[in-house]
Amino acid sequence: MRLAAGSKTDDQTRMSGYDFTLAGTRLTALGSGALWWADERLLCVSDLHLGKSERHLRRGGAALPPYEVRDTLNRLSALIKQYSPDTVLCLGDSFDDLAAAKALPASEADDLRQMVAARKWIWIEGNHDPGTTSFGGQSCDEITIGPLTFRHIARVDATPGEVSGHYHPKARLSRGRSRPAFLVDHIRLILPAFGTYTGGLRSRDPALAGLMQPQALAILTGPTPIPCPMPR
Amino acid sequence: MAGFLPTLAELAADDHKGLHTLYVSPLKALAADIKRNLTGPVAEMGLPIRIDDRTGDTPQSRRKRQRTDPPHILLTTPESLALMVSYEDAARTFQGLKRIVIDEIHALAESKRGDQLMLALSRLQSLCPDLRRVGLSATVDDPEQIARYLARYPDPCHIVQADPGPAPDIAMLQTEEAPPWAGGGAAYSIPAVLDQIRAHQTTLIFHNTRAQAEIFFHNLWLANEEGLPIAIHHGSLDREQRERVEAAMVANELRAVVCTGSLDLGIDWGNVDLVIQIGAPKNVKRLVQRIGRANHRYNAPSKALLVPANRFEVVECQAALEAVKQGRLDGDPRPPGPRDVLCQHILIRACSGPFDADTLFAEVTSVGAYSHLSRAAFDACLDFCATGGYALRAYDQWQRLLQRPDGLWQLRDPRSAARIRMNIGTIQDADLLKVRMKRSRGGKPLGEVEEAFAATLTPGDTFLIGGQIVRYESLREMTVEVSRDRGRKPKIAVFSGTKFATSTQLSQGILDLLAQDAWPNLPAHTADWLTLQRKVSELPRAGQMLIETFPHQGREHACLYGFAGRNAQQTLGLLVTKRMEELGLDPLGFVATDYATLIWGLSELTDPAPLLDGNALRDGLERWLAGNAVMKRAFRASATIAGLIERNTPGSRKSGRQATFSSDILYDTLRKYDPDHLLLDITRDEALSGLVDFARIEEMIERIRGRVSLRRLGRISPLAAPLLLEMGKVPVQGAGAEKLVQQEAAELMRASGLETLAQ
Repeated sequence: MRLAAGSKTDDQTRMSGYDFTLAGTRLTALGSGALWWADERLLCVSDLHLGKSERHLRRGGAALPPYEVRDTLNRLSALIKQYSPDTVLCLGDSFDDLAAAKALPASEADDLRQMVAARKWIWIEGNHDPGTTSFGGQSCDEITIGPLTFRHIARVDATPGEVSGHYHPKARLSRGRSRPAFLVDHIRLILPAFGTYTGGLRSRDPALAGLMQPQALAILTGPTPIPCPMPR
Repeated sequence: MAGFLPTLAELAADDHKGLHTLYVSPLKALAADIKRNLTGPVAEMGLPIRIDDRTGDTPQSRRKRQRTDPPHILLTTPESLALMVSYEDAARTFQGLKRIVIDEIHALAESKRGDQLMLALSRLQSLCPDLRRVGLSATVDDPEQIARYLARYPDPCHIVQADPGPAPDIAMLQTEEAPPWAGGGAAYSIPAVLDQIRAHQTTLIFHNTRAQAEIFFHNLWLANEEGLPIAIHHGSLDREQRERVEAAMVANELRAVVCTGSLDLGIDWGNVDLVIQIGAPKNVKRLVQRIGRANHRYNAPSKALLVPANRFEVVECQAALEAVKQGRLDGDPRPPGPRDVLCQHILIRACSGPFDADTLFAEVTSVGAYSHLSRAAFDACLDFCATGGYALRAYDQWQRLLQRPDGLWQLRDPRSAARIRMNIGTIQDADLLKVRMKRSRGGKPLGEVEEAFAATLTPGDTFLIGGQIVRYESLREMTVEVSRDRGRKPKIAVFSGTKFATSTQLSQGILDLLAQDAWPNLPAHTADWLTLQRKVSELPRAGQMLIETFPHQGREHACLYGFAGRNAQQTLGLLVTKRMEELGLDPLGFVATDYATLIWGLSELTDPAPLLDGNALRDGLERWLAGNAVMKRAFRASATIAGLIERNTPGSRKSGRQATFSSDILYDTLRKYDPDHLLLDITRDEALSGLVDFARIEEMIERIRGRVSLRRLGRISPLAAPLLLEMGKVPVQGAGAEKLVQQEAAELMRASGLETLAQ
């Protein structure tokens, strides 16, 4: 899913992110699609969709390469190693469904359990995974931390400081292909999907264009996060 | 008609129950047309013979009836036949089948549709052991090869040669104005083409791409002051619109039809007495096929005119003319049967009921193209269909195919049969979106555009479709909504069409022509142009590679004349730019045509020899196969055919929401975690023979043997100029490109004033 640009610069620039302010809170959009809240030492990722290949196959579809759980967890654990967060917050649709959560390959399930046990971990429940799993951590519909409220699906009537996922936003400039993107305005932030097997919804789509304020920014993920006026 | 005489004789002689003859053609329209032509005489003779056709357009109710109570003669396409074979009651449907007639077999043999058809035939042959096979074609370069392709391996096949008739009357169109230096529109020829339309009953005007057909039709219409009835016909147009054109053709109401490959085959239009080919024909066989569309009357020569779109194409047209006159058709040896099609066939076989692997293997290897398939390769395909064939056996409880205690294989979940049937077929259309006029309740359908093209549109952009200029309004429920636009010039050129590579034989013919001391056989304007090229630079020769470098519009350019065909030149571009990137030469992109690759970037190329070393290219190929777009495209095609990616799923496309993730992600994941997977192996095979066409790079390396002629020029050369106007420029996604994206974003932030707000 990541662009295959030179990996050397990749590692160097992953350190840097794009800083912005939401409801008076300083946040950093990382090129990997995760959100870093330095003051709280909180790392937030959205829409992991773990177990997607299992669910696909179970429901009579083709057998997709069963490596997406491994890949998503590898990328997440690399971020955790790099930032040492006190809290990890998953913004919902962490599992493709609750049965998929039970069916993760054993070694991947162990890794996830260890990751969760090592720090404070918050699962927001999404439309794909409405319930608790056996991986530990705390589960809830939404949670407010300081001035920010984290929920899976953005609410039209949200007060400033809403952080959500669900839409898998992506955007493109006139050159280059579309990339997963953060969307941010004065009221809300929508995170791109972090999971390896996740598609995207263009920011031009009415569902997103209608939700975001006219001055909204899109921050394209990639070797270096790139901010631009949200394409409409 | 001749192909049906034995059928009619047998059916007239005895009281045959059920299906007797299957007729398969590559085109739906052809099936409908044959039905018309056959039903008339049969009714006149009072024969009690039922004839019906079945294609993707046949309504559900009629399809059902055809399965339970089949007609005597069924006219169909490879995809519809594969679907019929996938039903549990296939044995009953095809009971008593005696003959199968495959029309235009050379066209099917060139694509995976033919491989799918032959696999379906192997199944039919098991169901109906005394089935006889007949193949028909008017343009076969190597009859023995097609015979082996058609017959059950290793049975012999009888070849019947018909009288070829008189030689065609074929020439280049004489125009007052010379063709332009560059471009593909051939707009200069409009007045001369109009004169020809006036002088003939009905003219077919062939184009190589839909985009070119659209632009040409638009220009022709603007110049058509006396309002001659002229229509356009191509595969992206709405079906209703195509059918209207076809009906008008049959009724002799049209003086000309601008068309693409959609009219290459089949249907005998009444009064076509002239064929015009716009743009170089790329392939002599296809040219001969198109010429044959004029005057199907026996003993009358077909009349055809070639219209080169630019001066280089004058040379190519002349080489093609000489090849036609000498009867030199181009053909390449057929590769072995593709394994992605085999995977689909295994799934289709599973849909029709439990099967035994040994029996299926025997059936498959009775197909000529698969006769040398190893058991191990077959088993790998079966394993892929059953489990996905991954090194990590993660979800084996959900296998797609299960082996039962009695050894037979069957679908685990009967629901998957419906999903598999929805995805039968090997035609790889890019994802297409319907285009409609914007009205309150669904306006008039105009045709389809590629999703990738639609994604680049912003409201207000204008483009051509069905010969009219429309304005992009919005994308709603996966439909592109447009309004009419009064402008005379579309802002965006249109969507891309299929691109054919100039054949090896034709490329050699062009090099032979360029090697002449003078060109009395070419029009003066082109001969002068080549003379100029010889003066300011030199002409490419077969025994060496000419490379020109020059600055142009602030960028350094290098033009490599390899004459290896579009696909191989594209691969050469990818390999060479990758090497240049490693050397820090900052390539930004390239474009390939059939004869050259033009690369631009920030630094001058001064030492090209190392870039063209055979071993370096071969080494580079393996490393490069990793992450490039061509491989991803090949992977997408093979993964779709093999059943890993579903084009159609129950309930899909209703909302564009969270559309399925791209096949690129699957490709990258497999490369990373399962590099020996079957599909990557298939992709490599496919890309090397098709899109990558490395064989022709090898041929080129062999031809030039390291001999490079490097010319440093002050400006662009006469021969290089056409490349700048080529569509399909490939950006190099390197450090340079990333910098440019950042520059653009920064510019937008500054311009919009958001920069200050954001921090």
